[in-house]
Amino acid sequence: MRPSPVRIVEIIEETSTVKTIRFDSARLDPLPGQYMMVWIRGVDEIPMSFSGPSEMTVAAVGEATRALFRLRPGDGLGLRGPYGNGFSLIGDRILLIGGGVGAAPLAFLGDVARHKGIEVTSLMGFRCSEDIIFKRRFERLGELILTTDDGSSGIPGRVSLGLERLDPDRFSQIYICGPELMMWDVIERWKDHAGKMQASVNRHFKCGIGICGSCCMDPTGIRVCQEGPVIPAVQLLEGEFGRYRRGPSGSRGPPRG
Amino acid sequence: MATLRGDVGGLELENPVMLAAGILGTTGASLRRAALAGAGAVVTKSIGIEPRDGHPGPGIVHLGVGLLNAMGLPNPSYREFQEEIDIGRTGGSPVVASIFGSSPEEFVEVAGGLDADAFELNLSCPHAQGYGAEIGCHPGDVEEITRAVVREKSVPVWVKLTPNVADIVALGLSAERGGATAVVAINTIKAMAIDVESGYPILGNRVGGLSGPAIKPVAVRCVYDLHSALSIPVIGVGGISCWQDAVEMIMAGASGVQVGSALSGGLDILKSISNGISRYLDRKGMALADLSGLAGRQR
Ligand SMILES: Cc1cc2nc3c(=O)[nH]c(=O)nc-3n(C[C@H](O)[C@H](O)[C@H](O)COP(=O)(O)OP(=O)(O)OC[C@H]3O[C@@H](n4cnc5c(N)ncnc54)[C@H](O)[C@@H]3O)c2cc1C
Ligand SMILES: Cc1cc2nc3c(=O)[nH]c(=O)nc-3n(C[C@H](O)[C@H](O)[C@H](O)COP(=O)(O)O)c2cc1C
Repeated sequence: MRPSPVRIVEIIEETSTVKTIRFDSARLDPLPGQYMMVWIRGVDEIPMSFSGPSEMTVAAVGEATRALFRLRPGDGLGLRGPYGNGFSLIGDRILLIGGGVGAAPLAFLGDVARHKGIEVTSLMGFRCSEDIIFKRRFERLGELILTTDDGSSGIPGRVSLGLERLDPDRFSQIYICGPELMMWDVIERWKDHAGKMQASVNRHFKCGIGICGSCCMDPTGIRVCQEGPVIPAVQLLEGEFGRYRRGPSGSRGPPRG
Repeated sequence: MATLRGDVGGLELENPVMLAAGILGTTGASLRRAALAGAGAVVTKSIGIEPRDGHPGPGIVHLGVGLLNAMGLPNPSYREFQEEIDIGRTGGSPVVASIFGSSPEEFVEVAGGLDADAFELNLSCPHAQGYGAEIGCHPGDVEEITRAVVREKSVPVWVKLTPNVADIVALGLSAERGGATAVVAINTIKAMAIDVESGYPILGNRVGGLSGPAIKPVAVRCVYDLHSALSIPVIGVGGISCWQDAVEMIMAGASGVQVGSALSGGLDILKSISNGISRYLDRKGMALADLSGLAGRQR
């Protein structure tokens, strides 16, 4: 599919480094957890999760995301997608665990779950209070536990500290999205419950259609861009997840965050 | 079911349906997965001297008739790739290392640094400056590079040719003179797509190469011409997406086929193609060797 042209209708500054970009296409009909390939014309094309049916929430980290930040309402983008496997909603009491901009697809999932009458609890971690996004959105969904690394809001410390306030047996399914080492830490600590955890995994995507091989993970060669990005945690226990990841050249490097 | 076992380009393969270069070939695990999914051999992503990140995106765009790509030869360099080949081999099929360079010396350095079951020289990528088709369209360079790698390695050396020339047979003959075990045809055809909303070329590299169903008739013709003129085997690639396409390519003169773009529908396509060829041979009471080059013998 060629990139479909869309126009930006609204930009919301969530924090100084995170913006939500709404566009005008209502036809994409994504499932929470699915992603789009976003073409910033003349710059690059990068994967972004949907943070709502026609929006993305972007953290500025490099050239392409900074170029997204320079766009204004009325400017155009090209979108391919929705692609990949989204989260599958299971049971009637779910827990969302997010870190940083990883909160974006979880907020979308929470909205959909809530709409279906599912009970939603959220545990969200950020570096500091200025970095917090979607506080009100998560509060509207149900109980929200916040952590900040610097202690400026909520529980001081890492997301994993928040786990101690929660009983995993209470939840029918647990959804995780955030920096890889945070997700790894959560999955490790609640390993006995890995069977009911789904994680949204970040790898270097180039094609988005499962043929170039740049996002394949060891040891099975799973194509994250097609068979993910949402992957059952049990499939992440043995292999590269939490240990290394390949960059754009295919070279191995440390996992992020 | 008819056996598909046989020699393809100096390798004894369980079946002649291979994974093409640049498709799921960046990691050992994905090469192994393709082998387990039924590939008779797997070809790696093209590997060079230095790590390359590749071109900015979009790197691929799906046009109705096929795929347009300009990945820009991203690869981690041969220094980081032996482990991936070794993991790939655990899938049970031979691993063919696709390699590229800008000179005979670079090709020799990369080939010398890797241990693989065969080498495929990428003298045909249409969208990387100073590499691939930029040198692969000169018959003299093709011969010299082929000879240099053949001298260095004791395993089969295949030469992958570009169709973006007036006379692909001249390139094939150069590879043959250089000592190639087989030629592989074709790499992608130079192409372009423009976003009509904005006027921007869609690919980050602006121009790229076309693969998939649109190029199959071109590939069939190239294979037919090469098979008619060369005495070394020809491996056919370009637009194969079902067993009938593979049979057609073999009838044109291919002794094996590679599948690339069709993998976007999943890895099952590999087995479905080889099973289809087997059933066809059963129905016709023929052996694989009877099919190869049949079109040239029908008058
Ligand atoms: C399925 C999927 C969904 C995604 N969803 C979102 C989303 O909803 N919101 C969002 O903001 N991002 C998301 N990302 C990440 C996003 O694609 C990258 O941040 C983006 O590609 C970076 O491009 P760039 O050119 O700006 O940075 P680059 O130039 O590629 O990188 C610049 C610097 O940032 C670092 N960097 C790159 N990517 C990341 C990252 N993901 N995390 C931390 N550091 C990074 C690099 O190592 C480098 O140091 C998603 C990624 C995937 C695979
Ligand atoms: C995404 C992509 C990447 C490719 N990368 C390489 C490569 O690294 N080296 C190479 O020799 N050919 C490469 N090719 C070309 C294929 O191996 C093959 O020759 C071509 O796609 C035609 O076959 P197909 O129609 O079955 O895809 C690539 C093709 C695609 C679509």
